[in-house]
Amino acid sequence: MNPFTFTRAGSVPEAVRAMGTPQARYLAGGTNLIDLMKENVEHPAALVDINRLGLGDIEELPNGGLRLGALASNADTARHPLVMKRYPLLASAILAGASPQLRNAATNGGNLNQRTRCYYFYDTATPCNKRNPGSGCSAIGGVNRIHAILGASDSCIATHPSDMCVALAALDAVVQVTGPEGEREIPFAEYHRLPGNTPQQDTTLRPGELVTAIDLPAEDFSAHYTYLKLRDRLSYAFALVSVAVALRMDGDRIAEARLAMGGVAHKPWRVPDAEQVLKGQQASAENFARAAELLLQGAKGQGENNFKIGLARRAIRRALWQAAVGTPQSQTDKRIA
Amino acid sequence: MNIMQNVGIGSAINRVEGLQKVTGRARYAAEHPVPGLLYGVIVSGAIAKGRIVEIDEAAARAVPGVVEVLTHRNRPHIAWFDRSHRDMVAPPGSPFKALYDDKILFSGQPIALVLAESFETARYAASLVSATYETEPYNTDFEKAQSERFMPRKKRDSFHPPKSRGDAQAAYDTASVKVSAEYHLATEHHNPMEMHASTVIWEDDGTITVHDKTQGPQNVRDYLASVFGMSAKSVRVVNAFVGGAFGSGLRPQYQVYLAVMAARMLKRSVRVVMTRQQMFTHGHRPEALQSVQLGAEKDGQLTAILNSATTSTSRYENNMEDVVIWGLMNYACENASGEYAIAPVDTATSSDMRAPGAATGMTFFEMAMDEMAYAAGIDPLEFRLKNYSETDQMNGTPFTSKALREAYAAGAEAFGWSRRSASPRSMKEGKELVGWGVATGMWDAMFSKTSAKARLSANGHLEVSSAASDIGTGTYTVMAQTAAGALGLPVEQVTVRLGDSSLPIAPVEGGSWMAASVGAAVQQACDAVAEKLLKAATKLEASPLGKASLEDVRFSDGCIILREDTSRGVAITDVMRAAGMDTIEVEETASGGISGMISQMRKSRNTHSAVFVEVRVDEELGVVRVTRVVNAVAAGRIINPKTARSQILGGVVMGIGMALHEESMIDHRLGRFMNHNYAEYHVPVNADIGSIDVIFVDEPDPEVTPLGVKGLGEIGIVGTAGAVANAIYHATGRRVRSLPITIDKLLDSSIMP
Repeated sequence: MNPFTFTRAGSVPEAVRAMGTPQARYLAGGTNLIDLMKENVEHPAALVDINRLGLGDIEELPNGGLRLGALASNADTARHPLVMKRYPLLASAILAGASPQLRNAATNGGNLNQRTRCYYFYDTATPCNKRNPGSGCSAIGGVNRIHAILGASDSCIATHPSDMCVALAALDAVVQVTGPEGEREIPFAEYHRLPGNTPQQDTTLRPGELVTAIDLPAEDFSAHYTYLKLRDRLSYAFALVSVAVALRMDGDRIAEARLAMGGVAHKPWRVPDAEQVLKGQQASAENFARAAELLLQGAKGQGENNFKIGLARRAIRRALWQAAVGTPQSQTDKRIA
Repeated sequence: MNIMQNVGIGSAINRVEGLQKVTGRARYAAEHPVPGLLYGVIVSGAIAKGRIVEIDEAAARAVPGVVEVLTHRNRPHIAWFDRSHRDMVAPPGSPFKALYDDKILFSGQPIALVLAESFETARYAASLVSATYETEPYNTDFEKAQSERFMPRKKRDSFHPPKSRGDAQAAYDTASVKVSAEYHLATEHHNPMEMHASTVIWEDDGTITVHDKTQGPQNVRDYLASVFGMSAKSVRVVNAFVGGAFGSGLRPQYQVYLAVMAARMLKRSVRVVMTRQQMFTHGHRPEALQSVQLGAEKDGQLTAILNSATTSTSRYENNMEDVVIWGLMNYACENASGEYAIAPVDTATSSDMRAPGAATGMTFFEMAMDEMAYAAGIDPLEFRLKNYSETDQMNGTPFTSKALREAYAAGAEAFGWSRRSASPRSMKEGKELVGWGVATGMWDAMFSKTSAKARLSANGHLEVSSAASDIGTGTYTVMAQTAAGALGLPVEQVTVRLGDSSLPIAPVEGGSWMAASVGAAVQQACDAVAEKLLKAATKLEASPLGKASLEDVRFSDGCIILREDTSRGVAITDVMRAAGMDTIEVEETASGGISGMISQMRKSRNTHSAVFVEVRVDEELGVVRVTRVVNAVAAGRIINPKTARSQILGGVVMGIGMALHEESMIDHRLGRFMNHNYAEYHVPVNADIGSIDVIFVDEPDPEVTPLGVKGLGEIGIVGTAGAVANAIYHATGRRVRSLPITIDKLLDSSIMP
């Protein structure tokens, strides 16, 4: 671990100011950043502790939506009565990830900013464009069963590991940030980015910007939703493929559909056409299959992960069915509904 | 009084060291506080093969607090010859010697040790050490290595060459029903919870005490003495508590070598702990390919067995396992041939991992047996019973005992096997296909010469000691209750000392021989104490025991009591006081005796198991759940049903991991294991484990070892992985012949209709 300075910020402006020092990083729960520092993957020169900024609340918005404080823990968020009641998809996705101990420590803002689990990113003895821009991507042509099938580039085929973010993408969340140039909102779909030829950048945050909250719109998908996560063991593993589905049903017809995938790309994967094609349609196997094809359009395997395309197709259809019939995937009993 | 009768062999007492462990008072190798300790952090190499051209250590040395950077260029003298580096259980070859020269033999090889006054300083400085290399061609692809498959003239001591019988090829060619299949096992790493660690305490007189994570303190002591040219007396190795090992601690690992090297060079106490990533840079279960061909009559009588296997080793040592013999031993079949070889890859040398050879070879043979049962149209359990053998078919010898038939029966009954629907894909619940599979397990019941000391104090306190190890297996408890039973003392009055090279001679803990061996030694030592006590007791004036001999008395509740008249007895403490004895101390060696050696040649000694597994496989998604396991074990006398069950539970979990999860993935371009952490090397978690029912069937066997104990460390894993694979076939109708059976393999074989 590199030597670094440690500053405890007492307010948001103070934190943003402290981030002005070169190579500074915000520190919240530390469940990812500290590991990466120990592995010599990240070497910040300054840590700005933001745990005392008072951003831990979860509160209703005047428009009927819900604001999740950036420093509320993943565990508190998943178990919050309003999240459970109005946004059970989000609660389910959070509970599908990590372990209770990690969810207790990890924060909402940190969850958005966690880094990929690509083997090569973690191993400093190997080339990796995300860790060391310009050094090459070892995962292409290497051990890549967990890598991207969508939106990858010649520079990087890493995936974003979050479960929570897949639900937030499906729910059209909005990220509130504050930076040296003031406050702004980032629609969730624009928060994470595809690797292109700058895979070192995971998000569209500008230098010094701090996530202060995540806003959920006042929409009700609480009756028909699911978060289906498939992985190499039944718990405590990152997704090979995960699917978040939120439906509004009108009888046996789908009035509105939201569909997002995790474990398949550098960001939670959404395709508007795949949702549009379900609108006004019956909840049928044929329609689910059409949506799956649209969501997976352009999918390309890297060798060891070719299976993910077929697995994703099946997972999307199953998740749509689970949501339509109102039998969401349980995150405690691992039996798939 | 009755309670006292129940502390001995056969009672399910709690682990005697349990409280120490759960309260954190049990110190592991890296937890011993030492004043003035130096911290060593290992720098791992980046390439798979070649040589180090340059190591740049200037930046590391410039960090305040860094004391030394050890590399091949400035290391102190060590023994030149390979034989000086060969530990008790080393395979033939040239053992790896860290920092010996500029050669790189495998990826992740240690190339430097940075020593500093604090761990954080050492770790930071280690990150600043950089090296340049000259790369040589290498191969880590085991399939490519098949062209270099060979069998070295010098075999490993523990290796049993397969013995063929009859004419297997001819019998196979003319068989009515045939099965021929190739199986593959991925490399696995042991992944014990505790990483390899050593704390070396330097004394001014040049002697050292080493707290080491090992399965054999005397093996490490002798190795260190030999490598560094020290007298065995000046090295004491302690491993009082070991956080799991599974075979990874059988051989001394490079962290103890580096720590001792640094301590001797700097004349200071040193600690070195491997990182989790570095745990993937030494021994591992070898990758394996196995080919099984079976021939049978239409009625399911086996007529031909052809069993052939290859396992991986390194380029510098020839590790070999008993992979194919199990298939040749277990079933009645007149024609059987076995063939085995190794193939070198440019990784560290493979090593023993829980049930080495059998976990691989028995799994695949039992998968082939399952294939044959379906080919012949016979229930898989009935098929095994039809070909049951009372004798060891490969060696032509009887077993000292073999209650496998009873294990099949007890397991089938508990599992409900008779309710099984025969055809694959015929059982379904909701969206899940249900499958029931069975497999047989087999392992050796070994005994190894072991010494133990018993020391009884005047206050009635008994201490028993031996240089045995407890790697979480229950050795402390087994020794305590054997001793308590022998002298009729409450188990609280017994102290066990183990895990210290200065104690009486014991073998490494492995091969499932520890309980039988050290148990016998403790029993023998305590019996000798009992004899001395009785002698003293009968010499007392007006002794209530008269002239009683050992057969006339029993030791119970702290007293020696006449069997014929239980009202006549004398307290042990009274005997000691009256006879003026402060202590009685006896050291004994259990060797199994001459009769044991003769029996060893004339009879086979094995444990057996019958494993029944239920899986549920999501028909569309390929997600597998192991919902039920019944493991019925025939392992002779059970010393402690509670710790015994725990051993089998652990074996079953590891078997499920072998079947479904565990795989060390290597990038052949880099020659490097890439999923070298707990997040991406998957072992089963709680959610992956359903109900596990462990049954021990009666198997009295006074011949197998002095106490009739066979050992349980390995048998739990053998059979389990095969039964899971067979259950998946029954559920899906698709045979996946490559372990682990991950979701992609089930999708590839299109379980979806």
